[in-house]
Amino acid sequence: MTTRKKSLLYLLPYLDRYRRKMVLGFAMVLLTVFAGMCAPWVLKYVVDDLQAAFTREKLPFYAFLILGIAAVEGFFRFWMRKILIGASRDIEYDLRNDILAHLQRMSLSFFQSNNTGDIMSRATNDLNAVRSVLGPGIMYSVTTAITVVIATVILLRINWQLTLLAYIPLGLASFTVKKVGQQIHDKFEQIQAQFSAISTKAQENLAGIRIVKAFAREDSEVREFRALNDQYVRHSMSLIRLWGIFYPLMTALIGLSSVVLLWWGGLQVIHARLSLGEFVAFIGYLAMLTWPTIAIGWVINIFQRGSASMERILRILETRPEICDAPDARAPEPAGGTLEIRKLSFSYPGSPRPVLRNIDLTVPAGRVLAIVGHTGSGKSTLLNLLPRLYDPPPGTIFIDGLDVRDWPLAELRRTLGYVPQETFLFSDTIRENIAFGCNRPIGLQEIEWAAGVSNVAQDIDTFPHKYETFVGERGITLSGGQKQRVAISRAVAVSPRILILDDALSNVDTYTEERILQELTEVTRGRTAILVSHRISTVKNADQIVVLQEGTIVEKGNHQELMKLQGVYAELHRKQLLEEELATA
Amino acid sequence: MAADSHEEAVLGKAYDARLMRRLLGYVRPYRASAALALLYIIAASGLSVLPPYLTKLAIDRSIRAGDMKGLTEISALYVLTLAATFAFSYGQTWVMNLMGQRIMFDLRMQIFTHLQRLDVAFFDKNPVGRLMTRVTTDVDALNELFTAGVISVFGDIFTLAAIVITLFLMNYRLALAIFSVVPLLFLITLLFKIKVRDSFRRVRTAIARINAFLQENITGTAVVQIFNQERKQFEKFTRINREHLNANLQSIFYYSIFYPLLELVGALAVALIVWYGGLQVFAGTLTLGALVAFIQYSDRFFRPISDLSEKYTILQAAMASSERVFRLLDTPPAITSPEAPKAREVRHGEVEFRDVSFSYNAGDEVLHKISFRAAPGERIALVGATGAGKSTIIGLLSRFYDTDSGEILVDGINIRDFDLQGLRRSIGVVLQDVFLFSGSVADNLRLGNEEITFDRLSRAAETVHASQFIGRLERGYDSQLGERGSSLSVGQKQLLAFARALAFDPKILILDEATSSIDTETELMIRDALEKLLAGRTSIIVAHRLSTIQNADRIVVLHRGRIREMGSHQELLKLRGIYWKLYQLQYKDQLVGTPIDH
Repeated sequence: MTTRKKSLLYLLPYLDRYRRKMVLGFAMVLLTVFAGMCAPWVLKYVVDDLQAAFTREKLPFYAFLILGIAAVEGFFRFWMRKILIGASRDIEYDLRNDILAHLQRMSLSFFQSNNTGDIMSRATNDLNAVRSVLGPGIMYSVTTAITVVIATVILLRINWQLTLLAYIPLGLASFTVKKVGQQIHDKFEQIQAQFSAISTKAQENLAGIRIVKAFAREDSEVREFRALNDQYVRHSMSLIRLWGIFYPLMTALIGLSSVVLLWWGGLQVIHARLSLGEFVAFIGYLAMLTWPTIAIGWVINIFQRGSASMERILRILETRPEICDAPDARAPEPAGGTLEIRKLSFSYPGSPRPVLRNIDLTVPAGRVLAIVGHTGSGKSTLLNLLPRLYDPPPGTIFIDGLDVRDWPLAELRRTLGYVPQETFLFSDTIRENIAFGCNRPIGLQEIEWAAGVSNVAQDIDTFPHKYETFVGERGITLSGGQKQRVAISRAVAVSPRILILDDALSNVDTYTEERILQELTEVTRGRTAILVSHRISTVKNADQIVVLQEGTIVEKGNHQELMKLQGVYAELHRKQLLEEELATA
Repeated sequence: MAADSHEEAVLGKAYDARLMRRLLGYVRPYRASAALALLYIIAASGLSVLPPYLTKLAIDRSIRAGDMKGLTEISALYVLTLAATFAFSYGQTWVMNLMGQRIMFDLRMQIFTHLQRLDVAFFDKNPVGRLMTRVTTDVDALNELFTAGVISVFGDIFTLAAIVITLFLMNYRLALAIFSVVPLLFLITLLFKIKVRDSFRRVRTAIARINAFLQENITGTAVVQIFNQERKQFEKFTRINREHLNANLQSIFYYSIFYPLLELVGALAVALIVWYGGLQVFAGTLTLGALVAFIQYSDRFFRPISDLSEKYTILQAAMASSERVFRLLDTPPAITSPEAPKAREVRHGEVEFRDVSFSYNAGDEVLHKISFRAAPGERIALVGATGAGKSTIIGLLSRFYDTDSGEILVDGINIRDFDLQGLRRSIGVVLQDVFLFSGSVADNLRLGNEEITFDRLSRAAETVHASQFIGRLERGYDSQLGERGSSLSVGQKQLLAFARALAFDPKILILDEATSSIDTETELMIRDALEKLLAGRTSIIVAHRLSTIQNADRIVVLHRGRIREMGSHQELLKLRGIYWKLYQLQYKDQLVGTPIDH
């Protein structure tokens, strides 16, 4: 509970940013409540005057007074809502920006251990719950507090005994809210748990429907689902038993204070200790307290949910980015793009099994390195270490003679043009996707050039909107090969010193591949390139070919040298020739 | 996903007679409850009209007359009214929610049962996430309708009617004066609705864009980071976020105007009562107590009106949900059991494919004129490159899909003439990707089939060497398996799947062998388990292991949906055709390190 409460304290700096709005908003609350308090008092005069059969000329005056008070109250209420609820939206805006900015700094391992859906729900649902605290939560609790205080003061001045008597049922009501509220909360969580059991069952059944059908288990699945469903109804009903009593009880308790007022107050009027007008005003003030009495429980609920949600958000915001600039990071002199790897062993955080073992490699500037190996041999892991998507151990990877961990992160990544294994394009135009990595404005000519390199230009020319064609859900669906080629153009467009292709031609046919490789040779002239592939055709012209197996380099050399070895590489080559034959069979 | 979320976002009209009639059909079994709830609600709202009137009586008859006994009587009556209101509204909440829960129960069961009957092709087309929404979110929206919506609308209407009648009876002129503000109220609400709908749409669009952006940027973090685009993406996000903020501020503005305006209208009514009613008090046509009662009634009068407009939103959501739910319920299953099946179960286990052609999407044939036969007890191995059509053959035999042309015979009977459940019960299936349900080991072996005794399933586990590792689990057969058996190794899952198939003791066995490499010891156990499992059954195997292939009675070589070669291992090798190439590519290596002893 204590940690929960504390999580909301994190919001204080945000509130502080809008302190002028908050102060103004609270002033508006005060003014609104004050104005509202005048109305019953007018009624007191109306009734007392009527009772005394005073001048009828006063009636229009009273009528306009009531309207006037309502107008003034309305004016303040308008500003109260606009300022306070508006401020909560401002803070929501800030928080949401901060969450994204923070997420952007997190390393890949964070996203691997937290699934997207979960992060999304924190950035949306939980943020929503926190916003409710900042908006309605704060506004209603302040309004309630001020209303209760002022109304109590006025009522005590009218008749203190009557006030105390009438407050007994109200106090009971508030107490009930707190007591029953907790129970309701518990039951509610029980129901949520049961509901998620139902969801899980349905989810699992639907995901495994082929097995269910194969074993003809439909009936028993229905039976199990029915049992869970039954249990859910039972849990729900036990909540309703409580819930059903809750509101009627509140109404009854509040009504009871009216009865107290009617009876005891009536007696006071008869004994002339209270004027009839004051009696009516009393009824009015008591009515004003009805809503706050009920609202307390509601507001408490908002705060509880809000603090739990804030805690979930904090679990994102307080996770430190693992990979960031070293304190003494310095940009090296521009150089050709030499890559050196010394005795690199690596295992993923939290896993004891090394994925890479004792890798030693040197790629002189301007040369092409190719890496081949089976799935899971560590190729992609090795590539991920270069731009520090994961951190390599210190002193293992050097680019242009400087440990990648000592590079400023932005500078390091600017040096590399990376085409990841799984192509990821944004739902935006093709033009925007190709220009994605360029920080300067880039002309259509350059984009067309980049598209030409990856041989995707012809394809794009056939689209009705050419380079303005939308990619993804809202637009055209590109084939796997087209996507890969756009990704290559994207990497080429930033004119990197080192170009990295992680199996980036796997969905492109061999003929197109040949042409792309040719273009790339032109482009990468004078630049370093690292190619990863399953296919021999992709790698055979590289200056240096490395064969990875279970994280270690087992063969190293150029195509001819490796063929002569008659080892893993040669076997791979033979199989691929067979495969090509089979494909045409 | 986009099309899906789009579908979810659509909010159509709030009332559709056709949908409503069908929804009310679900209330029919609970007519009595519905009637009782209605009765309670009428009683409760009728009673809620009493307190202001009692106040009037107290002021006029007792307080002003100084009648203490009368005052006590009225107060006692007030308490009774409160007690009765309490009882009725509790009863109403209880009965109504009970009914709502029962209806939701029925609906959920109906949807789930219907889903069980739908064919596999339907599940190919509809992602699990979308179907889940039907079972959960949509049913919930309907729950709102039944518990908070339909019947309490009657309550609101009845309360309004009761107040109107009471006011007219007390003083029809003053009543008319108050009702004159009602059109104003409706006008304000209408204008507000129109304005706020616009900004709501803006908010919804903005939030959808925020979600899409977040989703995309979380999935694409690596790309954003590699290309150093954090700044640019952040600025883009800020723009969308700003639009969301502005849309919200707009709707806050409307709300901030709306609520004070509503109260102003209320104050107008009170002002009218004070002025016009006050004059009547002077004229002696209205008592002071009635004036006070009028003021109290005007407050109670406006509440149900604003309530009613809230119900509108619930109704709208419920209509959209019911539309989607009914569309699902109206989807007929494409594959059903025949009315008069020629056979209820497989007796011998003879399987024959006769000129079978099949396509998942019309015009794109996956299998072309496939014919082969397996005598009872024979073992057929299907081999071919990925996409050759092996898995499709397996799916057709279980009647997950129906053939386009040609026929599949089991025991000489077309499988379409078999009892569907009976056919599937006679065919054991072990798929490559072993699907385990959450639950205990025993649950997963039994799959809800109560006929399988513990004895039988433990013997099955023993036979396929699964009992060793099950015995090592902390609670043996009662050990709970994590989500999709995440706590087990691939090999262990395979063995469990074998045990499951063996426990069901099928005449025909369909097997899609696992390709993933496992350690040699497990590999040997699996191979041995497989032999035991296959003994005495007709089997059709998508084979990846050389041992399985070599021991097959017949090898069917598929290439691009056609049978290209058929025969024994040696015969096919001699052909030096596709099988020979496949053998060189995929199976030959298995000779190394794992000696074949069969």
